[in-house]
Amino acid sequence: MADLRINFAGIKSPNPFWLASAPPTNSGAQIQKAFEAGWGGAVWKTVGPPVLNVSNRYGAWHSGRQRMLAINNVELISDRPIEVNLREIAEIKRAWPDRAVIVSAMVESKPEAWQDIVRRIEDTGADGIELNYGCPHGMSERGMGAAVGQVPEYCERITHWVMAVATIPVIVKLTPNITNIVLPARAAVAAGAKGLSLINTINSIVGVDLDTLELTPSIGGKGGHGGYAGPAIKPIALNMLAALGTDEIVSRSGVPISGMGGIATWADAAQFLLLGASSLQVCTTVMHYGYRVIEDLCDGLSNWMDEKSFKTIADVTGRSLNRVSEFKNLDLSFRAAARIDAERCIKCNLCYIACNDTAHQCIDLVSPHGAVVAPGAYDVRSNGKREAVETRPRPVVREEDCVGCRLCYNVCPVDKCIEMVELAPQRSRVTWGELSQQQTPVTEDWEAMKAYRERVGIHIH
Amino acid sequence: MGLAVRDAGKALAEQLPPLTPNAAAVEADRCLFCYDAPCTHACPTHINIPRFIKKIATRNLRGSAATIFASNLLGATCARVCPVQELCEGACVLGIDHKPIAIGRLQRYAMDYAREHGSYPTVKAAPTGRSIAVIGSGPAGLSCAGELAMLGHAVTIIEKREMPGGLSTYGIIALREPVEIALDEARMIQGFGVKIRTGLEFGKDISLAMLQKKFDAIALSVGLGRTPGLCIAGEEAIVDGLEFIEASKAAPAKLSVGRNVIVIGAGNTAVDCATIAKRLGAERVTLVYRRTDREMSCYEHEYDFARKEGIEFRFLSQPSRVVLNEGLPVGLECLRVELGAPDASGRPAPTPVTGSEFVIAADQIVKAVGQDKPAQAVLLGLETKKGFIAVDSNFQTSIAGIYAIGDCIRSCGSASAVMAVEDGKLAAAAIHQQLVRASRRSR
Repeated sequence: MADLRINFAGIKSPNPFWLASAPPTNSGAQIQKAFEAGWGGAVWKTVGPPVLNVSNRYGAWHSGRQRMLAINNVELISDRPIEVNLREIAEIKRAWPDRAVIVSAMVESKPEAWQDIVRRIEDTGADGIELNYGCPHGMSERGMGAAVGQVPEYCERITHWVMAVATIPVIVKLTPNITNIVLPARAAVAAGAKGLSLINTINSIVGVDLDTLELTPSIGGKGGHGGYAGPAIKPIALNMLAALGTDEIVSRSGVPISGMGGIATWADAAQFLLLGASSLQVCTTVMHYGYRVIEDLCDGLSNWMDEKSFKTIADVTGRSLNRVSEFKNLDLSFRAAARIDAERCIKCNLCYIACNDTAHQCIDLVSPHGAVVAPGAYDVRSNGKREAVETRPRPVVREEDCVGCRLCYNVCPVDKCIEMVELAPQRSRVTWGELSQQQTPVTEDWEAMKAYRERVGIHIH
Repeated sequence: MGLAVRDAGKALAEQLPPLTPNAAAVEADRCLFCYDAPCTHACPTHINIPRFIKKIATRNLRGSAATIFASNLLGATCARVCPVQELCEGACVLGIDHKPIAIGRLQRYAMDYAREHGSYPTVKAAPTGRSIAVIGSGPAGLSCAGELAMLGHAVTIIEKREMPGGLSTYGIIALREPVEIALDEARMIQGFGVKIRTGLEFGKDISLAMLQKKFDAIALSVGLGRTPGLCIAGEEAIVDGLEFIEASKAAPAKLSVGRNVIVIGAGNTAVDCATIAKRLGAERVTLVYRRTDREMSCYEHEYDFARKEGIEFRFLSQPSRVVLNEGLPVGLECLRVELGAPDASGRPAPTPVTGSEFVIAADQIVKAVGQDKPAQAVLLGLETKKGFIAVDSNFQTSIAGIYAIGDCIRSCGSASAVMAVEDGKLAAAAIHQQLVRASRRSR
């Protein structure tokens, strides 16, 4: 069985799953329950200056019957007195010595304030500190959270203040609300941070109520942007995680990364590990289903690791980073085409309409007699299930015209019905980068491009 | 005999409850929104089913109902009485490895919304000055009249019964379609400006010549005749199945139901009669049929339904005599039947075995063995096909300007409400074309 234990910058936990700093980690009683359920660690909800919260804090993005593909919130940092939080942190750490207890903190941008909070946190016996440079709402208006994370110089300066006094590992949590996530990450590393975590929530407005014309959720008739989290943001998080993993300065520093942003299943978790995370933080799915989700996160991850013969989390971490590249390095001669399995196809013909309306018009409707037919070609007086089913045309890809865009593959509702089949390349391997160096005119002039295409046999219909 | 009024009404109350908003949303979200969908092809009226379902999913119920009405003005009846397993749902791509979308139930959900909110189509066409008489207000007649009204024509329906709706009102068991649904549909059609003159019998109160003088075209939607005779002794003691159903809808508590009921026949009407008898208190209901369950003409789901209702079956039995005691039935004498080579219907020919008489006890016998061919065909001197009114591809009969639609022309394929609705729709388009062409000529 796979060993799920981790050692993240000196913070040890029995599995890589930590509850992210958020409502699920608001109190000792909650974290007690979470640890009983099996969570490897918890990042305590951010402690800091006094705040007051509002009602109607959470909005959500649902799709069809699937609730909470994402949550949006304007809840602030902990609104419980700091003394209460610190006392409970100490109690929890004493009761659960094998679990990771990390405290998220955010204070006014003054060295005394930061150094004071660091000392008070260390006094609890906590395993680490996470600097919240990401909160996008409320706190940022007061010069904290994302207001720090969005300016690499602030990020570096504050981290310096903290590192001057900290004796336990310090993790810097990054905001995604920035053009290039690498810059604040480098700043944190330069200031001596022991770990990075990402992503915090994304600025968002979840919707408008069509009866009242107010924002949802409405806070006394008004609303504003809130932090967006949950399964829907996972691709954004993975991209930013990979950006750090492939950045030379960040990766050479060896600073470990705690990944988060939409982890809902063990499969999501595995993907974060593969792209460079060595600890994982989870929130929205817990807010949806409760702490019990930890069971399958661990069980599923462990089973997958066994199947793939990964023995430890460290074996998995970063294993797919070598697959991350840039467009200019992609092989232009690589060919794939869609192939539809006639046996599995249920003839919903969604691939047909997607391809024909919006992609490259290379799927035909073929009648049971093998003739290419137009949609809706049946007689108006034809009806009944037998006629409808037996005369229904099926979609067939004209492979020679297929550009391999993969839209049909994504649209198809049947597992393994459409496959993207790799075809033998028709010309020698070349990347755009190579082309722009070796045959510069081809990449700058349409006439040269046309001649190049003719030479190597690229036909665009 | 019979249950108390309230219990009788309850016993035959609409079988399926309406979908809850949540159930409708879950089901609508399950729809794949197929392109050029097979359900739409399978529907005789070709309702754009994925479109109306998608509109339920997006909570555009007004648009959903409008989508249905655009292809089928009698969507509320069809949602309830269509053999969806044989049509739209039978063709659903999700049926292949899971279960088809409950299209009928969703259609009813949208139609219920339209009914509760008065979200009905409105006539936008300018009056054409042309008038059409439609004989009969069953699904074919209402559909034809409604479509013609939508095109700006003045339409009058002549209906011999007290209430409009034809078989929807009188002939479909209430647990499948309550009377109010059919009557509301007729009211909606009236809302398009169609006049419905009830209690007026074509051929008796009003002649063809009178109509021809007053109207530019005539559409016959006269349905079929009465239940044919069995030509067996004691037949006068047998109850007519259609009348039995009619009475169950009009006044279920007053319907006389035996303790031990036999229904002769194996079609959907026979199943309906047996269901009524069972629901209204009969202890034992037996369906007697001369062939076997393989040849029954009722839909498979109706047969399943009947079995679940506890209805019994006596196959390979041909009624030969009603056993009477003081004029009242006490049993049905039958002959055992052997099946031979396929007959004209393609089914094995039943051959009664001489001397094999046996008696099934019964205190009420109902016959539901189909309906006679339309009498109007002969009365009006129209050409016929297998006894049904013969029409061309435009639904025109052998007399120019007289059209026929619905069960009265259904010489092949199974007669159904939805086929009748489509006839009405197609005939309305054909009549419109004809009248428009005539107007151009007269100019």
